[in-house]
Amino acid sequence: MPHFVIIAVSILFDGLAYAMFLFITSVGLSVTMGLMGFVNLAHGAFAMAGGYVVVTLTRTLGIGFVPALAISAVVVGAVSVVFERFLYRRLYKSNDLEQVLLTIGLAFMAIATATYFYGPIPKSVPLPEWLQGDINLGFRSFPSYRAFLIVLGVVLIAVLWYGFERTNIGAKIRAAVDNRRMAESVGINVDLLFTLTFAVGSGLAALGGGLAIQLFGLSPNFAVLYLVLFLIVVAVGGLGSLKGTLLAALVLGIFDTAGKYLLADAGGFFIYAVTVVVLLIKPAGFYGRE
Amino acid sequence: MAASERTIPDRKATRERAAEYLLRRHRFRPAEALPWLIAIAVYFVFPDRMTFGSQVVIMVMFALSLDLILGYAGIVTLGHAAFFGIGAYTVGLGAARLGWTEPISGLFAAAIVSAFFGFLTGWFLLRYRGLTLLMLTLATAIMLQEAGNLRSDFSGGYDGLPGLVFKPVLGLFDYDLYGHTNYIYALVVLAVVFFFVRRIVYSPFGQALTGIRENVRRMHAIGSPVHRRLVTVYTIGAGIAGIAGALFTQTNAYVTLTVFDFDNSAKVMVMLILGGTGRLYGAFVGAVVYMVLEDKLSKLSPTFWQFGIGLLLVLGVLFAPRGLLGLLENAGKYLSKFRSKP
Repeated sequence: MPHFVIIAVSILFDGLAYAMFLFITSVGLSVTMGLMGFVNLAHGAFAMAGGYVVVTLTRTLGIGFVPALAISAVVVGAVSVVFERFLYRRLYKSNDLEQVLLTIGLAFMAIATATYFYGPIPKSVPLPEWLQGDINLGFRSFPSYRAFLIVLGVVLIAVLWYGFERTNIGAKIRAAVDNRRMAESVGINVDLLFTLTFAVGSGLAALGGGLAIQLFGLSPNFAVLYLVLFLIVVAVGGLGSLKGTLLAALVLGIFDTAGKYLLADAGGFFIYAVTVVVLLIKPAGFYGRE
Repeated sequence: MAASERTIPDRKATRERAAEYLLRRHRFRPAEALPWLIAIAVYFVFPDRMTFGSQVVIMVMFALSLDLILGYAGIVTLGHAAFFGIGAYTVGLGAARLGWTEPISGLFAAAIVSAFFGFLTGWFLLRYRGLTLLMLTLATAIMLQEAGNLRSDFSGGYDGLPGLVFKPVLGLFDYDLYGHTNYIYALVVLAVVFFFVRRIVYSPFGQALTGIRENVRRMHAIGSPVHRRLVTVYTIGAGIAGIAGALFTQTNAYVTLTVFDFDNSAKVMVMLILGGTGRLYGAFVGAVVYMVLEDKLSKLSPTFWQFGIGLLLVLGVLFAPRGLLGLLENAGKYLSKFRSKP
């Protein structure tokens, strides 16, 4: 098989795995921002918290990796409701700046807390055997962990799509993103809806954080380091749009991977260049409302 | 006829009242000498902490430049470190690659280059608001950092440009080990920049900026050239941040790509918020309190310090949205009310 095809397939595969991570972690942020217009810079902190819960569950309590992921998502999702009820709620009507400051303050506190309990050195998790090796697809073998990530991502997309487009709650969320006042006036409880999506979104972020440990390692800085990526995915995709978030995650994931394969020195340059170009042409993102 | 005759003197009177109001605000109050007196006193009281002192002065200037953009014009940016970095690298690269080691002309060069970059990016970016603007400003700073990293053969990359040597200030004052020259030099530059900023803030242009911050639709409606004004103030703020960056390189005699870090943008914003936005002296209070706390607490435990700054932000947003100076003002009002009662 010609060399460039192998490279292209590798880029596509790794890019797809990366895109799934971006999608899983960012989708909750996109929906909550679309609903309330709340700039949540602490989203990365929830992802980091999820990662550390997974570390504790697997290393200290000896629970398997996959059940640990699920438990961590539920725990972080539940805890996030407390933050939403007591802190976020007070600033829904405030301007961008105050929301940015509150949530960045929370992110700093989360980083410090994680450093205190886990130390600044990156953590890893023990993986089950079936996630450690490679999968041979005939012409080339791929790391099975990334294959697992892609499969999980596709399943989650299907579930979220069904929930968003085919259920009653999904219809209410879409209505509230489109026009919050109108939705409220026909009797949709947007507040409750928001708490619900916030919990699910933070749970998904925690899942993403758990999945990221094997990809990038987990250190307290995760909360801020990758936050920029999540925000970029949300901004490029358009607030509150499932389709947009998926498209943005795919475009950015694959572009970034391609950039790192083909022009290693340029590093993260590509992802930002794509962001700037997209936002200059479409300020509200791919599927955002102008 | 009668009605129009009556309105003409009215309008004139209104204009005079407005001019009188602006002039009155622009007048110096005795309390305004206080920060400068303290700064001079610090020079004599802590002669061995002048290196730290000059860093504080530089951060005050950096926060002041953000105050113009964020506090007065209400532009929320997460990439203000870009201009600080450009100023720092203009001077750094000038000294390392071109042998341009004269400090004062270096400051001017840094101001011009940063201001030009501020004009370019501002002209493109200031049409956007909210999250889009946040992401675009953030991406701009990170792209500059990545570009510097890409050409690390030229920029020195994350290892930086160490061991830069600059000529004595004005050809007279050479740098000493204790940083006395640095402190006075930075303080004088800050004073010049401050009076420039103060002049802008109390001018009609400054009033227009406040108007844009408070109600951009109404400013459009009364025919104010909003975009042009925003780009102008962004350019000025960028230039001042560039001067702060240039001073940073000159006083430390080295610079690395970490000046473009998101941390740097966030830090200056925290300082400004801590002191109070849109009130000139907020930058002084915020930067000094932040730098001194950081100096003391981060020696004790960096983790503790980071937690503290996070907590400070959360409490600040919830209970003191106008910063430390706002709290002081409230306390002053409360006291005077208390006193006038009996």
